[in-house]
Amino acid sequence: MTALLELREVHTSYGISRVLFGVSLEVARGECVCLLGRNGVGKTTTMRSIMGLTTPAEGTILWRGEDITGWPPHLVARAGIGFVPEDRRIFGELTTWENLDVAQRVAARRGPWTIEAVYDLFPKLRELADRPGGFLSGGEQQMLTIARTLMGNPELLLLDEPSEGLAPLVVDQLLERILLLKRQGLTILLAEQGVDFSLALADRVYVLEKGAVRFSGPAAALRDDAALRHELLAL
Amino acid sequence: MEPSFLFGQFLGGLTAAMFLFLIASGLSLIFGVLRVLNFAHGSFYMLGAYLAWQIVRWVGPEGEGFWLAALGAALGVAILGAAIERLLLRHLYRREELYQLLFTYALVLVLADVAKVTWGTGQLSVSRPPSLSGSLQLLGITVPHYNLFIILLGPTIALVFWLLLQRTAIGRVVRAAALDREMLSALGANVGWIYTGMFFVGSFLAGLGGALVTPTQSIVPGMDVAVIVDAFIVVVIGGLGSFWGTFLGALIFGQVLAFGILVFPGFSIFAVSALMATILVVRPWGLLGRPIR
Ligand SMILES: Nc1ncnc2c1ncn2[C@@H]1O[C@H](COP(=O)(O)OP(=O)(O)O)[C@@H](O)[C@H]1O
Ligand SMILES: [Mg+2]
Repeated sequence: MTALLELREVHTSYGISRVLFGVSLEVARGECVCLLGRNGVGKTTTMRSIMGLTTPAEGTILWRGEDITGWPPHLVARAGIGFVPEDRRIFGELTTWENLDVAQRVAARRGPWTIEAVYDLFPKLRELADRPGGFLSGGEQQMLTIARTLMGNPELLLLDEPSEGLAPLVVDQLLERILLLKRQGLTILLAEQGVDFSLALADRVYVLEKGAVRFSGPAAALRDDAALRHELLAL
Repeated sequence: MEPSFLFGQFLGGLTAAMFLFLIASGLSLIFGVLRVLNFAHGSFYMLGAYLAWQIVRWVGPEGEGFWLAALGAALGVAILGAAIERLLLRHLYRREELYQLLFTYALVLVLADVAKVTWGTGQLSVSRPPSLSGSLQLLGITVPHYNLFIILLGPTIALVFWLLLQRTAIGRVVRAAALDREMLSALGANVGWIYTGMFFVGSFLAGLGGALVTPTQSIVPGMDVAVIVDAFIVVVIGGLGSFWGTFLGALIFGQVLAFGILVFPGFSIFAVSALMATILVVRPWGLLGRPIR
């Protein structure tokens, strides 16, 4: 069986600074896979490479077995990959509703996710429909950025550090919503620095270090083995 | 000074302001979305004027041929602008901004030569359309119908564009593209075509401005450079990329020109330059603009 997403020996640079040194990974349909690693190891760059935002210098990215390396971002999105960036990237001068409406219009994929459906997933957004995105709290912006990406009805969601900078209570609410998405069958590739959030969600993990995969295995292995966790992440 | 004389100056300033708004709004729109400062915008304005003259030559000045010419000229310039963006300019987005400036400056030189070769270096003129060739008496002065039409057209176009940007789906997508093009593309938008579309619209406004100005002033080589300087001053005063800022900047510029000339000839241009310099120092992002993030 071919994986939904597969990276083979991906090398990516920003100008002359090389960041990824041959990252290989697989994500199967329905799985939640976590990229774990400290700040600066290349998690975001891996996601940008998949999305076509930064084209890899070498290596191959396969989506449902098809080579999508070098595709422009809008075609990657239309093929079914949704990107939720770590800095959220809300259109600050557009209202919540306008953010969602724009996403719906530029998405070429129709499916179960409509504005009403994402309002049901995050009822808070319905109350904030007319508020400019720039005036939402961090947690509200995180809900909006996930909701906005869902408007494209993706099969795979790239979630870059969704818990970053949020209060613990907000993180718990968010975790519960993402678990719901997972149970509904959405495939997720998550990037995280901490183990709490990621191990609550992930089936498998890849630990990144200096732009390469240092460890890969079931999330349970890290969950049960404090010594391994310590060795890999110094946590 | 007679009040009617001052009123006449005011109306003159208003007419000039509306032409400036037509041109500067296109410049500002293109900068707002593409972040490209298009030096050739004034050349598009000049081409609009020459094309309008040419079409009037073909269809004849009788009847409403002028309107056909204005629309045809604006469309022609818009198509040229879109083609230049699509075929040439887009290859420079990844480069430094300096390359884009040099490229649009090169366009200025090329288009000026094209115009000279095609239409010569003499003055050309176009008469007012018969439907607006009359005039009316207003508070003791004679106002051509055509000038009134321009004074009404400016705010109409401003309002239409503002409503399109704020209230329509396409407007929302364009605003999103101006705020974060990379994010918009990751959501599935082909931002390249949005850019081409904005270049089309911005060039259309330049071409329309050039075509509509022909009944009020003669077409001469050099009008491209003169107008781009004025348009830059307008957007610097109002705030580059700010829609109403451009409108306000044009109004201020027009009035300073109209009343500055009463001090002594040549004072107007000094006054607008001084105004621009002051704004650059105390509020570099313009009256209604926003500091660049
Ligand atoms: N736009 C960029 N230009 C140059 N270097 C970058 C850029 N973005 C990230 N980097 C560098 O690439 C490395 C990996 O960054 P990133 O992928 O963001 O890591 P992570 O998401 O794991 O924190 C870091 O050393 C960072 O400084
Ligand atoms: Mg990151």
